[in-house]
Formats: sequence, structure tokens, C-alpha cells
Amino acid sequence: MASYGRRWDALYAWLDERLDLTAIGKIAQKKDVPVHRHTIWYYLGGMTLFLFVVQVCTGMLLLIYYRPSADEAYESVQFLMAEVQFGWLVRSIHAWSANLMIFTLFIHLFSVLFMRAYRPPRELTWVTGMGLLGVALAFGFTGYLLPWNELAYFATRVGTEIVGVFPVVGDFLLRVARGGEDVTGATLTRFYAVHVAFLPLLTTAILGLHLYLVQKLGMSVPPRVEREGGPAGRMKFVPDFLMRDLVGWLIALALLAALAAFIPAELGTKADPFAPAPAGIKPEWYFMFMFQTLKYLPAHIMGIEGDVVGILGFGLAGLVVLLLPFLDRRTARGEKSPLVTWLAIAAIVFIIVLTYLGYTMSPTA
Amino acid sequence: MRRRRAGSVAASIVAIGLAGVCGPPVLRGQAPAEDNCRVCHAALGDPRLTPPVEAFATDVHSARGLGCADCHGGDPSVAGMEGMDPRKGFVGRPSKRRSIDLCGRCHSDATYMRQFNPSLRVDQVAEYRTSVHGQRLLQRGDTAVAACANCHPAHSIKPAVDPTSSVNPLNVSTTCGACHASAEHMRAYGIPTDQKAKYERSIHWEAMSVRRDLSAPTCNDCHGNHGAAPPGVSSVGNVCGQCHSVQAAYFGGSRHADTFQMIGAPGCATCHNNHEILASQDGMLGVGEGAVCGNCHSPDDPGGVVATALRQAVDTLRWSLDSAAAILTRAERAGMEVSQAQFDLDAVITELVSARAAIHSFALDSVRPIVDEGLAATDTAFVRGRRALADLRFRRTGLAVSVLIILALVAGLSLKIRNLRQARAGVSHGGNHG
Amino acid sequence: MAENQSAPPVASRRRFVDWLLGTSVGGLVAAVVYPAARYVVPPASAESAASSVTLPFSPDDVEPNTGRIFKFGSQPGILVRLASGEFRAFSAKCTHLGCIVQYRADLSQIWCACHNGHFDLNGHNVEGPPPAPLPDFEVNVRGDQIVVSRGA
Repeated sequence: MASYGRRWDALYAWLDERLDLTAIGKIAQKKDVPVHRHTIWYYLGGMTLFLFVVQVCTGMLLLIYYRPSADEAYESVQFLMAEVQFGWLVRSIHAWSANLMIFTLFIHLFSVLFMRAYRPPRELTWVTGMGLLGVALAFGFTGYLLPWNELAYFATRVGTEIVGVFPVVGDFLLRVARGGEDVTGATLTRFYAVHVAFLPLLTTAILGLHLYLVQKLGMSVPPRVEREGGPAGRMKFVPDFLMRDLVGWLIALALLAALAAFIPAELGTKADPFAPAPAGIKPEWYFMFMFQTLKYLPAHIMGIEGDVVGILGFGLAGLVVLLLPFLDRRTARGEKSPLVTWLAIAAIVFIIVLTYLGYTMSPTA
Repeated sequence: MRRRRAGSVAASIVAIGLAGVCGPPVLRGQAPAEDNCRVCHAALGDPRLTPPVEAFATDVHSARGLGCADCHGGDPSVAGMEGMDPRKGFVGRPSKRRSIDLCGRCHSDATYMRQFNPSLRVDQVAEYRTSVHGQRLLQRGDTAVAACANCHPAHSIKPAVDPTSSVNPLNVSTTCGACHASAEHMRAYGIPTDQKAKYERSIHWEAMSVRRDLSAPTCNDCHGNHGAAPPGVSSVGNVCGQCHSVQAAYFGGSRHADTFQMIGAPGCATCHNNHEILASQDGMLGVGEGAVCGNCHSPDDPGGVVATALRQAVDTLRWSLDSAAAILTRAERAGMEVSQAQFDLDAVITELVSARAAIHSFALDSVRPIVDEGLAATDTAFVRGRRALADLRFRRTGLAVSVLIILALVAGLSLKIRNLRQARAGVSHGGNHG
Repeated sequence: MAENQSAPPVASRRRFVDWLLGTSVGGLVAAVVYPAARYVVPPASAESAASSVTLPFSPDDVEPNTGRIFKFGSQPGILVRLASGEFRAFSAKCTHLGCIVQYRADLSQIWCACHNGHFDLNGHNVEGPPPAPLPDFEVNVRGDQIVVSRGA
């Protein structure tokens, strides 16, 4: 025991001379987290980050066997599931972690919103966070197509079709997204490049900024708690908060393993561009509410196509959420802002109801 | 009767004589520089006289350089009615009886036909004489039957490979059906008119029209085309056996072959129908509901017993194949590697198809060995499938171990957190710990 | 001695927790590294058999004027060695009803036992019910290996 300790100290001293670990250590020691009844929500950002790291690791492993061409993609995934040792495990964890990550991301977003953590001086943290939301959804959308199976092919067809609905630039955007007029092998290669290179680089940049801002500005305390006299105390980040973080991450890991073992990722049949679309094409669950809303809009609203109104509507809603720190003057002034709370609750209810309808309504309705 | 006969013989002689006088057109059908027949008839705009000219442009004879006069006689170089000169061989619109000799003048002449298509047969007229149509026309003077121009529209004759031809395999049933499906036309003959409708419900028609397999049989493949007559009761098996050779071979060696002949049952058509031949199902076997064996056999007579056993054998194999495939699919969906097992199982389809063909021997000894071979293969597949599903247990075990490790780590961390909290509380009380 | 009585239980508890942490971290690392390590090692069949397959027997194992069934991905194939020594390969699934075909040395043809279908050595359906020829594969002999691939 003693010899290990000495060896460890010697190594630490050697690295410290070159990397100045002590300075980093001091910053880490100083970092603390306010303790109050809403502290539990602070864990969600880290949880999302952990799941993202799981994605990067499993994603890199998948890259060893995946082949990004329309002729070989499906077969390479089939090979991976059937022949590669633990290939089923790596792929299933990747698929489940993607869903879990977006789920925790949404909870993180709404908890930050309800706690008004976006108020000055944390506006940029909110904006970069929204950027990360967009990146995560893009990851999900591009990654879904990569196995080149029937379900993914048609979901991508429908999804990129909706992009084409944008007025003026719609057709151009559609062609750029698809790499052509239709969803083909060119689309696959394009989505692969985005999923594996463009988005990771973008994530590194935006996430770096997001984490730097969180570190620099510290954790925000909800106005309600401040009004009640401030947090009960502060918890050191290292080791207390971090260990509790770890507990959460380990439980998430166990959950992923269980999901992978009991509900492994499906593959289905290979995409056939010439086959008729199967009934009931559905996008991934995080796009479902938008998809279902478009179905309910009438063909024309005040002379404009229903789909266009829907897309622009969602775009506008996204813009409002993005600019929330700048629009919510009341919170910036330190006053209560019940409107924001009610709008957020309405949004959550809307998302849940429409997602539910999307899965229960028959496709012909 | 004799008089009629003599009269028709005389008419034949005259017709042949005339045909001989006109003779087949000279080498390569040298069309005259000016085909006035065509010019005049086209210009007339008459609903009877003009359409043949327009249609003739698509005719295979026209493409080979033959003209109106080559069949109808007369002089095409002369404009006006003078061209229709009987002295120049003009026969106008030939009667049905005469048309046979007219067509046969060239089409029965091997030397002549060789110039155009050496592989074309030249026995159509000879065959026609043996057909029901031919016999009724030539011996009984029945002009309601089909002759050359009924199936080959006189002025737009196209070769059978042409998809728009009346004798292209896809169109043959419509051509025959023009008379044979018309209740009015067939009233005098007392034969059914439902053959076309039945044929269009058959698997042969589906193979041809849907799957575009032009080798599937249509009317002429079983009945002959120029020598059209229903096959005799004893020769049905031979006709079907042209394609279905394996089943025909089994059937020929079975006890049914002689029995059917004895009782005058029409071979294959006894169980499979003649025109409405549907896709064969395993359900046709046995003495149960909808099974054809039960039409003659009762469940306890020796034949009925064999039929039931045969049905059981095939059903067992099919059920085995289905359930083995199902368990392998289940394993595959769970992510297990079963491609070799599935590959080996696919070979059982061969056994199943062979067994169904062997049914036609109506003997268990022919069918049992094939079925047993198939069952051995399905058993192997089943075992492999169960093993693959058992491997799932390995995964669950691995999961349990991993979760245990994680829970241990969580427990350790929780304890550590509690210790730290206690230590910090302890420090404020001034205690010291080792 | 009495003051030290409180120290050992706390210290031993602390040591137990540290041991538990250390062991379970080690277990977790092993539980993550083991599957990852097995994953990275390529499996026996090195490539997904989408477009090409190396046969599990050598050219010398196949006599002239014989045929052998092989597995191409999940489909059956038949490798035929002509009397001249040339190799040809076709799909072994009869185009009639999907039975597995075989090579008939006496006819120098590929034959389907189910309904007496015959295919010539170019895969063309020449007799019996099969409505279409057998799709062919490209065969390449590399030294001691036979590689069958889907043609371009």
C-alpha cells in the first residue's frame, strides 16, 4: 500500500512539473454546487454528457465494421450483429444511449427553463445549449439512416421531404440534404459524413464553449430559492457532487446494459428504393410530435399550404425558445414570470399528447 | 348424303384446279409496280372495302412483299373494276371452304415456304383436316366453325411472337373464346362455353398473364392449334406430362393409371380439372373437407387410408419446416448467428416439393423416404435454433454479472459519500481519525 | 487501550469501503474492456458475405465434370467444374419453385430433381418448367483458393 502511494506521488510530481496539474486541481477543489431542494436537477447536464461519451465510444467501435455504401451498409450491420463478438451489444447500446441521451437532454432543457437558469449572465450558456439540442437531433436523424434498412429509408424520405416544404429555399435545401432529388446511396454517404465528422467537430466546439461557460459562471440558483433566502449550503464538486454524478452514471450504464440484453437493436429488411412505402412510416420518437402535428393541419390555411404553416410555426417556436433569455424581461429584472412557466407546461403537454397520438392513431386515420 | 359428298368433292376439285391455275405467286412475291387494288379500295372510304387495306400494312405477308392479288387473284396493274378479272384468277372474297385451299396453296408448299421461313411448318392444312373444325367444315359443310381467317384475321396476320398477334400465347384464349365463349354461337353444338372463364381462373393463365411466363400452356398447347380437338380421355396424362413429366411418370406407374383408364376417368383432369386448373394445395390430399381423394374414396377404404397417410406425411413435413424456420427467425431477431442453420433448412424446400410430386404415385413407399429425409433436416435446424435461444441465457447471465458489479460500485460509492459526510461532520467536532 | 477501541472499527469499515470500491471499479473496467477487446478482434469469416465469398475447399478438391453446393451469404450456390477444367458458379436455387439443383455428370447439365428442369452449362433453362436461367457468379481461382463473387 505504501509503495503504491509513493509511486503514485512520484508520477503525479513528474506530470505536475510539465502540465501544472496543481493549478487544475485548485480550480477543481474550488468548484462547488449550491444545495437546495432543486439540486437534483443539476445532475442532468452531466448525465447527458455521460451518455454522449458512451455514444462516442460505441460509435468509434461501430466504425470498425460499418461500411457506408448503399450496397454494403445493411450487410455490414447484419454481419456486426451476427458474427462480430459482442457486436449486438455495441450496436444496441449505441441505439439505446441515443434515445436516452435525447430524453435526458429534453429534461435538462426543461429543468433549466423552469429554474430560469438562462437569465443573465447565462444567456450564452442557454444559446450554446440550444445549439447542442440541434446537433443532438441532427445526430439522431443522420444516424438513423445508416443501417440502410426499410424503416430508416422511408423515415428519411419523409423527413427530408418536409425540409423541402420551406418556402423559397425548400427545394435547394432538400437537394443538399439528400445529395440529389431522391434518397439514394449519395444520401447515405452524405449523412455518414455529417454523423461521423461534421457533427462531432461541431459538438466539440459548442460543447467546449458550453462547459467553459458553466465552469466560469458557476451553477445558477433558482429565483424562488433566492427569494426564500438562498441555498442551504454548498456541496464541493470534487469529490461529493462528482461521486453522486457517478452513481447516476453507473445506474444509467446498468440500464443501458439491461435494455441491450432484453431489447436488442432491430435491423428489419434491407431498404429497397423501388418497393412501395410500407404503411405506418414513423420518424424517431423525438420527431413524432412535429410529424403528427403536420398530419392534423388542413391542406391550406389562409391561402398558404398547411405544411408550410406547420414548419414555419415550429421554426418560430424554436426561435422563441432560443431567444428566451432575451425575451423574458421579467426574469431578467428579477420578477416572477408565470407566463414562461405556463407556456412551458403547455409545450410539454402538447409534446406528450401528440407523441402519444402519433403512436396510437392508425396510419390511415 | 352421297350427293352432298360428291358435290363437295367436285367443288374441291374445281377450287384446287383454280388454285393450280393461278399457282403460287412467283419468287419472293414480286409486287407489281402499281398495286391498284390497294389504291382504289383505300380511296373508296367504304366501311367494308377500306379497312382491309389499312390493316394490311401491318400484315406479315405485306412485309414480305406480297400483295392483294397474291391471294385474291386478278390483275393489280390494271386500274378500276377491270382488274377484278376472273380470267386473271380473281376469286373475290373466298368462301370459308375455299379459303383453306387458298391459304394452303402456299402454306402447304414446302419448296415455296422455304424462301421465306425454312423453319415454318407446312402441314397446317393437313392437320386442320383432322381437327373438329376441319371435319365439320369439310365433311358436313358447317360454315359456323373456325377456318384460317377466324383465328388469323385475314388482312392483319402477324407471327405468334408479335404481342399484338391474335395467336400470341397471351391472346390465344381470347381468339378461341371469340366463338367458344359465346353462348349464342355455340348453342347449336351443345358444348359448354365456360372454358375461357375457367381458364382465366387457372394457375396457367396466372403464370402467363401475371408472371409473364409465356411457356405456360394456353388452348393450343393442350388441344393442338390447327389440328384442334380435345385430347382423348386416355391421353390427358400424356398432354399434361409434356411439362409435368415427374408427376406424369409417378402417375403412370401408380394403380390409378389403369383404374382411371378402366372407368373412363380423364387422367390428371379427374382431380385437377381440365380448364380451371388451380394452384395445387396440400388440402387437396386426403379425405377431409375440400380434398379430392374423398370424391371417390371413403375414409376407411384402403385408398382412403393411404390418402390420409399421404396427407399426414406432407403436412408433418410442412409443419416441421415452418416451425424450424420460425424458431430460427426468433433467434435471428434476438441477434444470434443462425445463418448456417437457415441455409441448411432452405434445402428442405427441395424435399417438400419432391414429396408433393411423389404424391402422384399414390404409394406411401415413394413419399415416406423423401419426407423422412426432410424431417431429419428440420430436426437438426430445430436443435440449432433451440441452442441459439439458449445462448441468449449467456447474455442474460453476462448482464446479471455486469449489473451486480455496477451495484457493488454504487454501494461502495454511496458508502464513501456517507463516510465523507460523517468525516466532515466529525472534523467540526474535533475528533481525529487514523 | 480504551481510546483506541473506537478507531479499529471505523478504520476497518473505511478499509472495507475502499476495498469494495477498488474491486468493483476493477470489475467494471474488466466488464467493459473484455467485450470491447473481443469485439475488436475480427471474427472467423472476415468479411460480410454481401458480394464475395471464399469457398471452404480448394480447387483440387473438385474433380472435372462434377459440381458442389456452396453457401453464398444466405443463398445456395452450385460450383461446377467442366470437363475442360474451367470453373463456373450459379445460384443453386431453381427458378421454378426454389428447389436446390444438382450437377448431372451423365448429361453435363445442371438438373433439378423436383420437376425435371434442365439448365445448360451457361445456366440457361433448356428443358422443363424453369421459366428463367440460373443467375451466374464470377469465379476466380487464387492459388489454393476459389473466390466466388457477384458479377459487376
